Amino acid sequence: MKKSVFLGTAAAATLLAGMGMAQEGSTLTQVKERDELNCGVNTGLVGFAAPDASGNWTGFDVAYCRALAAAVLGDPAKVKFVPTTGQTRFTALSSGEVDVLARNSTWTYSRDTDLNLDFVGVNYYDGQGFMVRSDLGVTSAKELDGATICIQTGTTTELNLADYFRANNMAYTPVNIDSNAEGEQQYMAGACDAYTTDASGLAATRAAFADPETHIILPEIISKEPLGPAVRHGDSNWGDIARWTLNALIAAEEYGVTSRNIEELVRSSENPEVQRLLGTTDELGAMMGLDAEWARRAILAGGNYGEIFAANIGEQTPIGLARGLNAQWTQGGLLYAPPFR
Amino acid sequence: MSDTHAQTVAFVRDTMLPSAAPPIRESGAIRWLRENLFAGPINTILTILGALIVWFLVATFWDWFAHSVWNASSLNECRAIIVATWGEGARGACFAVIRERWNQYLFGFYPVELYWRPTMTFGLLMVALAPVLFSASLTIRRVILIITAVVTLSAMVVLGAPVGWLIFAALVLGAGLFASERNITWMLPFSLIYPLLGVWFLWGGTLWGPIFVLVGPLLGWAAWRVLSRVSPLLATVAAILVTLLFWLLLAGNAASDAEALLPLSIEAVRSDRFGGFLLSLTIGVAGIALSLPLGIVLALARQSDMFLIKSLSVIFIEFIRGVPLITLLFVASLLLNYFLPPGTSFDIILRVIIMVTIFAAAYMAEVIRGGLAALPKGQYEAADALGLDYWKAQRLIVLPQALKISIPGIVSTFIGMFKDTTLVTFVGLYDPLKSMSDAVRANIEWKGIYWEPFIFVGGIFFLICFGMSRYSMYLERRLQRDHR
Repeated sequence: MKKSVFLGTAAAATLLAGMGMAQEGSTLTQVKERDELNCGVNTGLVGFAAPDASGNWTGFDVAYCRALAAAVLGDPAKVKFVPTTGQTRFTALSSGEVDVLARNSTWTYSRDTDLNLDFVGVNYYDGQGFMVRSDLGVTSAKELDGATICIQTGTTTELNLADYFRANNMAYTPVNIDSNAEGEQQYMAGACDAYTTDASGLAATRAAFADPETHIILPEIISKEPLGPAVRHGDSNWGDIARWTLNALIAAEEYGVTSRNIEELVRSSENPEVQRLLGTTDELGAMMGLDAEWARRAILAGGNYGEIFAANIGEQTPIGLARGLNAQWTQGGLLYAPPFR
Repeated sequence: MSDTHAQTVAFVRDTMLPSAAPPIRESGAIRWLRENLFAGPINTILTILGALIVWFLVATFWDWFAHSVWNASSLNECRAIIVATWGEGARGACFAVIRERWNQYLFGFYPVELYWRPTMTFGLLMVALAPVLFSASLTIRRVILIITAVVTLSAMVVLGAPVGWLIFAALVLGAGLFASERNITWMLPFSLIYPLLGVWFLWGGTLWGPIFVLVGPLLGWAAWRVLSRVSPLLATVAAILVTLLFWLLLAGNAASDAEALLPLSIEAVRSDRFGGFLLSLTIGVAGIALSLPLGIVLALARQSDMFLIKSLSVIFIEFIRGVPLITLLFVASLLLNYFLPPGTSFDIILRVIIMVTIFAAAYMAEVIRGGLAALPKGQYEAADALGLDYWKAQRLIVLPQALKISIPGIVSTFIGMFKDTTLVTFVGLYDPLKSMSDAVRANIEWKGIYWEPFIFVGGIFFLICFGMSRYSMYLERRLQRDHR
């Protein structure tokens, strides 16, 4: 037992020494040394991140990870997906277990400041909505006074719901649930009148019902949920890489650069913005420690923002989300990539 | 006989009456029913209530099971098949999800072409356990080993194991059977190196790693032998120090150097590929194997007269028992990352195994302490009277009896711990019950499926836990020495 005390002290000393070192070494260097990007993703969310039957990850958030890996390491396959739960996600990021967190996390003030994260942008503008059975006769969330509502505990949706009902002077009975699957089950079993979560989740849930036509998603969106990738505070260069990889995907859609025509545009594009984006003129990549072709590889990994959207959650998929707020600013949406110059 | 009384008694029966059949109320099924189900008014009421509940359950869920669909590629297809076969409004189970994804429930994301490796590992586990668990009965051993051999080898053939490994597994299984017939203790060396072998089979990489891990204790033992003449305490300290220093400083480099000289490696599989029952069993088996010895040591330490040892053990046990397992798992997955130097890859499964082990060991220590306390003081005194030293007394007299008394508690702890392995879901590992089901549901084809995975996973958990429970009952019967 004396020995265990000694070992314990030795271990504690090592640990303390480790804490001091934890801040050193840039993330970019670490990723390059490891030759692998550790990307924190959801343990499973339809359309955004899910392992398929052979264990390959696909989804909207996953595609961003692959684009980032392609930009930094030159290979979209060099990603280690670290599944994180709602409780472990931010700690996994700040402790260095993951380099970037692309896990449909809402960008909020306190997360950005108090939790010492840097949200590098928004890859999906979501918002909280309600789903009810159509035979309930409700057509607006304002008519939900006195309803029982299934709500996931420990999420921003729970707080939004309380705020919304208080603001509209309505009462509700919450039915607390732990996961989406449980929420669907409770809702189907009639344990609650309405089910509330992010609108993208509601659409996917409704699409999976045996009788989707007997359920309606109410028009009110009661909260802003800008979902985006996040990195740690304190490594601005890595934050820049994460931010501009996302911007490159968005800008590529704006300028009509797709994974199909990119090779042709590299050779022939006359648009100076496209030339800078694709690295044929100027050396934009060098400014953040990458080569000239970083954005080209990011776009080739899974296509531009629009292609990624269409392939994972767009209207052609069973989830069938419309672009809505997530359209380019030229199309009436909110996507607006700053200029590449 | 009859001659004796021929003159004195008028009539003596000289043939036996054939035995009459017992009254109908006292025989056969009716008697059984009367005694077991309708032995009194309360008993009768309970029986009827029980029957009603069973009837209600069967009536409610029968159609759901009866309409099971096993061949479909998505939940919607399942629904279409059920409607087409059983009419509009019919409901049914969609076990097709199990058919499509059974491999992920069993192996997680382990590479498909290497499925034979975990299969072989768990087959050989039975061989390694045979001398420990089934040392008494040749028949049971024979049956279990033959079943294991047949199942393991055929599964390996089906899963496409390379011929070399098939031969290896057949050889080990055959040797196990042979040793089982002759002298099962021959297999003990295999049982001892099995943990290292198992780790190598599961995670792959170079064989030199386990070899050099094994070299550490051997060097420590050598140091102990050299120094034990000088001072036993010094020898023990030196042995442990040599082992640890070898592991920490030399083993890694030595293994890679040896690998460079003579490559002996199989494809490495990373911890994030583990999932499902492979993960549960790995954590469970490692936790069970490690927590029992640790628990015994803790229980003995708590009974010790030495103040420091006793208080450290009490603090450890009470602290660990006072903290929920989930907290320990969060510490393992999150807190340690803050403390360890960046770039240290301290395997998450290893971290979880350590936490689960110390958690189970704390409970185990208390269970065994119960057994120790139940022993009459005379047993301890008898050991002293025989002139046995502490360790001999514990090994030969106290522990065999105390452990026998504690068997039900020990196995309960094992079962509880095995089920607790599903809690790893909270640290982002893919346990079979929740994470894996959520991951399956995250594919649009299977979104909305709910009960079927629970039933499948629950069934497997039941089989394993029921097996452990039956084994503990067998062990109790076998070890019964008292005169009840």
